[in-house]
Amino acid sequence: MSNPANLKYTASHEWVKSEADGTLSVGITLHAQELLGDMVFVETPVVGRQLKAKEECAVVESVKAAADIYAPVSGVVTAVNSELDSAPEAINSDPYGAWMFKMKPDNPAEVNSLMDARAYQTFVDSESH
Amino acid sequence: MGAKMVDFGGWDMPVNYGSQIEEHHHVRNNCGMFDVSHMRVVDIKGDGARDFLRFLLANNVDKLASPGKALYSCMLLESGGVIDDLIVYFLNEKWFRIVVNAGTADKDIAWMKQQALKHAPQLDIADHPELAMIAVQGPNARAKVWEALPGSRELTENLAPFNAVEMGTMFIARTGYTGEDGFEIMIPAKSAPFFWATLMEKGVKPIGLGARDTLRLEAGMNLYGQDMDETVNPLESGLAWTVDLKSERDFVGKAALQANPPSRKLVGLVLLDRGILRGHQAVHTAHGDGEITSGSFSPTLEKSIAFARVPKEVQTGDSVQVAVRDKMLAAKVVKYPFVRNGKSLI
Repeated sequence: MSNPANLKYTASHEWVKSEADGTLSVGITLHAQELLGDMVFVETPVVGRQLKAKEECAVVESVKAAADIYAPVSGVVTAVNSELDSAPEAINSDPYGAWMFKMKPDNPAEVNSLMDARAYQTFVDSESH
Repeated sequence: MGAKMVDFGGWDMPVNYGSQIEEHHHVRNNCGMFDVSHMRVVDIKGDGARDFLRFLLANNVDKLASPGKALYSCMLLESGGVIDDLIVYFLNEKWFRIVVNAGTADKDIAWMKQQALKHAPQLDIADHPELAMIAVQGPNARAKVWEALPGSRELTENLAPFNAVEMGTMFIARTGYTGEDGFEIMIPAKSAPFFWATLMEKGVKPIGLGARDTLRLEAGMNLYGQDMDETVNPLESGLAWTVDLKSERDFVGKAALQANPPSRKLVGLVLLDRGILRGHQAVHTAHGDGEITSGSFSPTLEKSIAFARVPKEVQTGDSVQVAVRDKMLAAKVVKYPFVRNGKSLI
């Protein structure tokens, strides 16, 4: 699976989808869930919380370790995916479908400065594991 | 350990073959195998081997009367601190075999030789790095080994748990680190790849280190370096049952254990709130603070479980708080093992 072309990506391995209603959906990439392993617990941000770009806002916990999720841009949390409470493993089986939270960006143009699919792949390839 | 990961990419992953949770369930329900060749086999040979081990080990090798019987023991410093935990097999009065942990093997052997020089210089103490070891574990483990190893069924069908038998150049022990039935098989490294491939052909699944840790934790088994080390003694590590203080024999560390009754003990915890318990997290109890030594997610129980070293007044059933990152989460003190024969005991 390669990284979907219609998404944007961050250096901390979040993906961002621009929805038709102007909100952004956020999740973690295939690469990220592969590194972390079996997910067992997801802690989503509170709806209504104001986030700054790159602020820690959520946590995914796998059997191996916990990892922070960072806000891709500044904005307000508008929804969280409560299905992940009972089925955190959806992040492993469907990383690009299992959105964690949605947010309304303060500045809709900010998302354009994130990486596209190709740039993200280059980035992943260049990291040494 | 227990630290938040802030960079997915800069992270070193232990090997696994896919989903460690699936691997865990596979061992509990069927049969999996582990390459544990990094563990070290040490043979103690010669007259007086038993006397020497009576002195060297905290558990009493006089419990080993019949050939092939095995014993789990700690090896202690004079201070009572734990050098390593190990299994000792009695083969005959002039030959005992010991299996020690990989990370401590050189230290263990140096210590054994140092002690032998003083107390039993006639003994031959030799390790066998040319021996590989494959652990096959699960309810179907023994049957699969019999399928893969012609002749092994006759030899091992009546082998009791915690006993071993030689089969040609192999050494088959009915021991393990998962809480399931099975064998740990020592085999010349040259022959190991073929044996592994044969087991795979018979449907045995390779299992990684991640599942190994969740299996042993559910089974209530200690991990050296996490649950105990040279700075703590076995009585504070849930291992009093492996220390024989009743018999007359003297052993290295006995005096220190008798002079210093423990003020702490190892207990099991199950997390009641959502989250994962991990090593080094602080534990707050009504009798004072403690620390988690090993923690993880239990795939069989679908809860987080842990061992914690806490003040000795803490009782089974007590409520405690664990500092998990920036929150205090509720946990309950339970007896371990947490799981036996695939079922919850807590």
